[in-house]
Amino acid sequence: MSDLDSNQNRRSFLKYLLSTSVVGFLASVLYPIVSYLNPPKQNEVEVSSVLAGKISDFEKDSGKIIRFGNKPVLVIRTEKDEFKAMSAVCTHLDCTVQYKKEMGLIWCACHNGKYDLNGKNVSGPPPRPLDMYQVNKQGDNIFVSKKA
Amino acid sequence: MKKLFKSAYDYLDERLHLEDLVHFMGKKYVPVHSHSIWYYFGGVSLFFFIVQVVTGILLLFYYKAGPDLAFESIQYIMSKVQFGWLIRSVHGWAANLFILSAVIHMFSVYFEKAYRKPRELTWITGMLMLFLGMGFGFSGYLLPWNELAFFATKVGSDIAGAVPIVGEPIKILMRGGPDVTGATLSRLFGFHVALFPGIFTVVLGLHLLLIQRQGISEPMHFAHLPQKEKKTMPFFPNFLLRDLLLWLVMLNILAILAVFFPAELGHKADAFGSAPAGIKPEWYFLFMFQSLKYLPAHILFIEGEVLGILLFGAAFALWLIVPFWDRKTARGEQNKLITYIGIFVIMFIIVLTILGWVA
Repeated sequence: MSDLDSNQNRRSFLKYLLSTSVVGFLASVLYPIVSYLNPPKQNEVEVSSVLAGKISDFEKDSGKIIRFGNKPVLVIRTEKDEFKAMSAVCTHLDCTVQYKKEMGLIWCACHNGKYDLNGKNVSGPPPRPLDMYQVNKQGDNIFVSKKA
Repeated sequence: MKKLFKSAYDYLDERLHLEDLVHFMGKKYVPVHSHSIWYYFGGVSLFFFIVQVVTGILLLFYYKAGPDLAFESIQYIMSKVQFGWLIRSVHGWAANLFILSAVIHMFSVYFEKAYRKPRELTWITGMLMLFLGMGFGFSGYLLPWNELAFFATKVGSDIAGAVPIVGEPIKILMRGGPDVTGATLSRLFGFHVALFPGIFTVVLGLHLLLIQRQGISEPMHFAHLPQKEKKTMPFFPNFLLRDLLLWLVMLNILAILAVFFPAELGHKADAFGSAPAGIKPEWYFLFMFQSLKYLPAHILFIEGEVLGILLFGAAFALWLIVPFWDRKTARGEQNKLITYIGIFVIMFIIVLTILGWVA
């Protein structure tokens, strides 16, 4: 092997070594940063049922938002004295919906999305119905639970 | 006094050779023509950016990030701190005026086709600053932790989340978790006062450097004029003094707006409250917000929202790279299509902003 060849070999070997160490260096710097930015998973308290309140806490033909774990749930006492519960998170863009008495509908103020009292999206941009929850009366108490 | 200045100048000149700089400044000219007025809006944007830096630093002395502290600390600034209301109002108004003047600057460069070769990079850095400006607006909006800001952030980050594949990780990165919580406030605070200003300052430095290096763009018809007929004005001191006078006018407008229409605070954010009626984003996001409202839930097999976001994304990308696909202007020819597209975009933005405003 000539001197020139061995020089060339040494040069390309060094180039290879340098470029892989640059990649390795960047990876070892960026990996911890990217991992750091990714928030740790919080252990959500698994809630299957919550006490929404007493029957008397809910006026007829009105709605109220309760905490279900860390999610908002809309509980409605209808004109016909039925209780209904559904996720209060609009399926469109994550806003929190409300019961609109005058319309007899569930309404989202952000983009004018409307759902009927069974959570079905009836007008506006929401692409899916709201998730329904089960309502149970035990004596004077109203319990809301996830549908099986 | 004069003697003092002279000796200070001589001291610096001896070490830094200021003569070169003075010579360079003396050779800078600004073209004078019927559209010269538009040259001032870059400087006006710079002025509002400086105001933002100053008032932002002042607000930092009292502002406390965190869901239990943010709203209360702004209340404190507004009611207890001397001139706190003024500093916050100026910060809020200057943010809006910055975006307005940057948008005017951007459209004037667009219609003058000043982005053409060799100024493609100036255009790109300018557009980056406009996007960063919107990022400043979005992140700053949440900091008072009020109802309006809370839901605007929910909607804004959910829109980002609707982008296929990369959307969800971006949403989590913005929110610091699956929902808008105190973690989101900490993150957006970090973006607003550290990350964005850092990047902005670098990009601004590049933008100004490019302008110094290449000089101010001449309108296209100047190319056909003989050297004698090209009217110009020295940058220093003629243009600079006019610029400074305009800054003074802007400062007065800012003061009037901040005093007579001070920033509001509203109600504290409640994660378990319904979104209030009449919720709207900042005016510069309104045309997109309003367009998304008109889209049906599904268009063919794709969600209306996702399609809207993809279309806006594509339009912004095309706008950003206009110097590279507008080949006609690059060759020195008139490209009417670009002008028509620009007029359409302005009409679209104005009409949808008005519709969003009155809705």
